[in-house]
Amino acid sequence: MPWEFRSDLPIYTQLIAQIQQRIVTGQLQPGDRLPSVRDWAAEAGVNPNTMQRAMTEMERQGLVHSQRTAGRFVTEDEAVIRKLREDLARTQVRDFLAAMGQLGFGPDEIAALIQKEGENSL
Amino acid sequence: MSTLLTCKGLVKSYDKVHALDGLDLTIQPGRIVGLLGPNGSGKSTLMKLANGLLTPTAGEVLIDGIVPGQETHSLVSYLPDRPSLPQWMTIDQLQDFFADFFPDFDRARCREMLDKLELPSHRKLKDLSKGSREKVQLVLTMSRQARLYLLDEPMGGVDPAARDFILETILKNYDPEATVVIATHLIADVEKVLDEVIFLDRGKAALHTSVDDLRAETGKSVDALFREVFQC
Repeated sequence: MPWEFRSDLPIYTQLIAQIQQRIVTGQLQPGDRLPSVRDWAAEAGVNPNTMQRAMTEMERQGLVHSQRTAGRFVTEDEAVIRKLREDLARTQVRDFLAAMGQLGFGPDEIAALIQKEGENSL
Repeated sequence: MSTLLTCKGLVKSYDKVHALDGLDLTIQPGRIVGLLGPNGSGKSTLMKLANGLLTPTAGEVLIDGIVPGQETHSLVSYLPDRPSLPQWMTIDQLQDFFADFFPDFDRARCREMLDKLELPSHRKLKDLSKGSREKVQLVLTMSRQARLYLLDEPMGGVDPAARDFILETILKNYDPEATVVIATHLIADVEKVLDEVIFLDRGKAALHTSVDDLRAETGKSVDALFREVFQC
């Protein structure tokens, strides 16, 4: 998955979002060793200090942890990853509901639409 | 923390025009800094002063606490805004030339970059295209293991694919002790790699801040903000 950056948000928050996505989709597995900050920054085309900032924040969130000399790893705590997955889903739903609200749809209409579209696509 | 580049009340006048008009600035080691500003805002003048090619009219500029001169040439790797290398030399000869002048010149690194950019080392500089000449000069500049890189419009004549390569090169060779200052108009191309930006306006620092803080506060890219601040 290539890195993509919008111009109106801080880069480090976008890095975090994209790495979270990789963890939730299993592209990065629990316990996987992450590239070095320097290599990963070069690959993403961002400043190493920015990647470092993203890593520090993700360590704080418990999603990655570093071991003194061995490097940095994705958490092996499945519960943390499950929670992240739910949080991301909730954000998606909220954004969706906000957009539907702007189109003038109420909760019942939205539910009916989801039902119908779900049947068509599943 | 020690500062790598310091300007105090820095003034440089050409006749009666103030190119720099009381500039105060400090830059720390380990940063990638964008020096941005409209034409004639003093970017190149600052770089020339920092490299000892000009002397201040008033105030001072210091590199690692030292007045620019003989001693700081070993700390600073400077890419001027116009071609400065002997055009009759081949790329091979230029590498020897750099190695003679600068003990910190890293031949292996240089070789690797030249190969990646497919620059033919037996060719003379004057026989290359404008873009290729710029690439050669930039590769030579970045092949030194300096503390401070001053790049004056490093990508003006270079195609977008090569720009990406150049930025990648800067990131790959990033040394936590070294600072890279990039003066450019191609803001959108460089802003991803910057730690901080300095907006120069009529010889003064109008803004000096972290790129991510700027985006968080304004919700705008540096490029968009620049267009707003310097609207004609």
